[in-house]
Order: sequence, then C-alpha cells, then structure tokens
Amino acid sequence: MPQKKQLLDLQFIDARHKLLDLAAFLDRMDRAAGDDDFRLAALRSALPVLLESRGDRARAILEAMSDPSTEPIPQAKRQGAYGAPPPADF
Amino acid sequence: MRYIEPHAHMVSRTTDDYQKLALAGCEALCEPAFWAGFDRSSAQGFYDYFRQLTEYEPKRAAKFGIRHFCWLCINPKEADDPVFAREVMALIPDFIRCGNVLGIGEIGFNKNTRNEQAIFEEHVQIALDHDLPVLIHTPHLEDKLKGTRLTLESLANFSKLDRSRVIIDHVEEHTVTMVLDAGYWAGMTLYPESKCSLDRAIDMLEVHGPERLWLNSACDWGVSDPLAVPQCALRMKSRGHLADAVERVIYGNPREFLSQSPRFAL
Ligand SMILES: [Zn+2]
Repeated sequence: MPQKKQLLDLQFIDARHKLLDLAAFLDRMDRAAGDDDFRLAALRSALPVLLESRGDRARAILEAMSDPSTEPIPQAKRQGAYGAPPPADF
Repeated sequence: MRYIEPHAHMVSRTTDDYQKLALAGCEALCEPAFWAGFDRSSAQGFYDYFRQLTEYEPKRAAKFGIRHFCWLCINPKEADDPVFAREVMALIPDFIRCGNVLGIGEIGFNKNTRNEQAIFEEHVQIALDHDLPVLIHTPHLEDKLKGTRLTLESLANFSKLDRSRVIIDHVEEHTVTMVLDAGYWAGMTLYPESKCSLDRAIDMLEVHGPERLWLNSACDWGVSDPLAVPQCALRMKSRGHLADAVERVIYGNPREFLSQSPRFAL
C-alpha cells in the first residue's frame, strides 16, 4: 500500500481536476435553460458523502444512485440505464 | 509483461486491436457472447454470431499468436422475449462441441425483469447439464445493485452449482463484497465512465486482496480501451505493487479460473 505523500504526488492534480470539472458542470447546469430532472437531484444528494469521515465513500455514492427496489419487474420500459433511478412515471 | 484478457468483444474491434493486444503481451483472450449494439432480428443471426465466435475470431487472433476462447448464450439485453431467447438457446448444445468454447456466458440481468430471470436460470441449468463454468454479466449503473442481488438469489437455488466455477463480472464497490462473500469469483471491468476506472479497480484489490478477482476491459462496440488491462498493470506498478502481485492479477488469476475448463490451454 502506498504512503499518503506518495499518493498525493501521484494523484492530487488529477483529483483537483475532477473536482473542478464537477463544480463547472454544476455551474453549467445553473446557466442552462429549461428544467433539470432526477439525475441532477441524485448527483446533488450524493455530494455530502464526500465530506463524511468513512472509508467507503465510493460505495455509498453508488448505493445512493442505485434502484432501491428488490423484486424483478414485470416488463422493462427501456433497454438502457441513466445512472440514477428514474421516478416511476418517467 | 504477459497477461490474459478474460473479457473482450473482439467481433466489434479491428484487426489492429489484435496487433496492439499482442504487442502488449496478451497471450489469450476470452469473448463472451453479448449484445452487438443492436437487436438481432432472428435466431439465425445468432447462429452466424456463434460461428463468428467459434470459427472466425480464433483464426483472426491466431495470426497474432493470441489464443481465442469464447462463452455462449443469449445475452440479457436480448433475453426479455422468452420465445426468441429459447430459440437461440436451442442452438447452444451443438456449438458447445467447438474447441474454443469455455462455458455459458455472459448471462444475467439487464433491466431486472421476470423474463430475464427465467432465461438466466435456464442458462445456468444448461451449464449444469453440460458441466460447464459460467460467466455472469451484471447490469449497468442504477440497475447493478438490484441485478447483482437477484443474480445471487437465483444462483442460491442451484444447490449443485460449484461456486468456484462461476464468475460474476462488472462488480463495483457496492457489489464486490456480496459476490466474494458468497464464494464466487468477481470480475472488475475497466470501462470508461460506466464501470471501473483503473484506480478504483486497484482500490478494490487493495481492500479485498487478489483472491478470486480478475481484471478485464470488456472492450466492445462502445468507446472502450482494449488495452485497459495492461494500462491497469502499469498503474498498479506506479502505486507500488510489486511485479509478482501484478502478474497474479492479470495472468495467474484468470488462468486459475479459466483452467477449470479443460478447453483452456495456453
Ligand atoms: Zn461483455
């Protein structure tokens, strides 16, 4: 396992770049016209996880963006996926 | 560096990609049957696809010194129509005789429907009837967690299934623990945006240890990197993993799992 300093040397600039990209995406969404949907809400609601003191933030974000239901559905409405669970009427 | 690419959809890739894989040290690759980016209009379309997987691709790979193996099934994206799915499944027993067929895959769920579940379980039964290993796809994005749970629930009903001969692929941080804890192998897919990044896959290796884990690119018709496995090996080295540990993950582990099929040889 690498040391903290070694990881910072290796990956800090990359993490900074990804954080900036996320911030700029949120700014861009604010500037854009029209309505947003469940995807932006899912992204926003997952953001606080980043500030929590825990060792499984990636897992928590994936869980927050997962379909919470447990039973197989009778029929699929679509073949693809969105990255966040759509509301029932979507 | 030598490595095995255990999950690549080469029917969608150019011959240049075979050349690049060979240059990077790929000794063998495995191609699970999957969606071709569009729905095929008849079972005959799958007959031709299975011929491509068992006759044409092995020859294309051999030109670059790469052994090509495949897995057969009707993939979950096209398995929601059970009548059609069963027509395709009826083709499988004849193709199982082909020399490069390792087992049944990649089967599983896509949108977590009842029909997908029925067809998945029928595939597992084919594997049991023919004593074959199984490669399982797990759904994308928001459907993965539920689909992985449903997969594990279905598999739990097969008491005769040898868990060590089943790999559940495309695990991420929220599904890897449940798959490994249930005794299955787990595949981490290095695929842009929708699956694991190089660093997240290495994180999972560091957290869970290398036992019963492999890495694959799942390169296909989408934007994907056929060299993702050697890229990840390089990243492991830059994060301080020793050469032996890297080789275990990219060569030893896939060889160990795949060697459970008598067809697999390097
Ligand atoms: Zn695949």
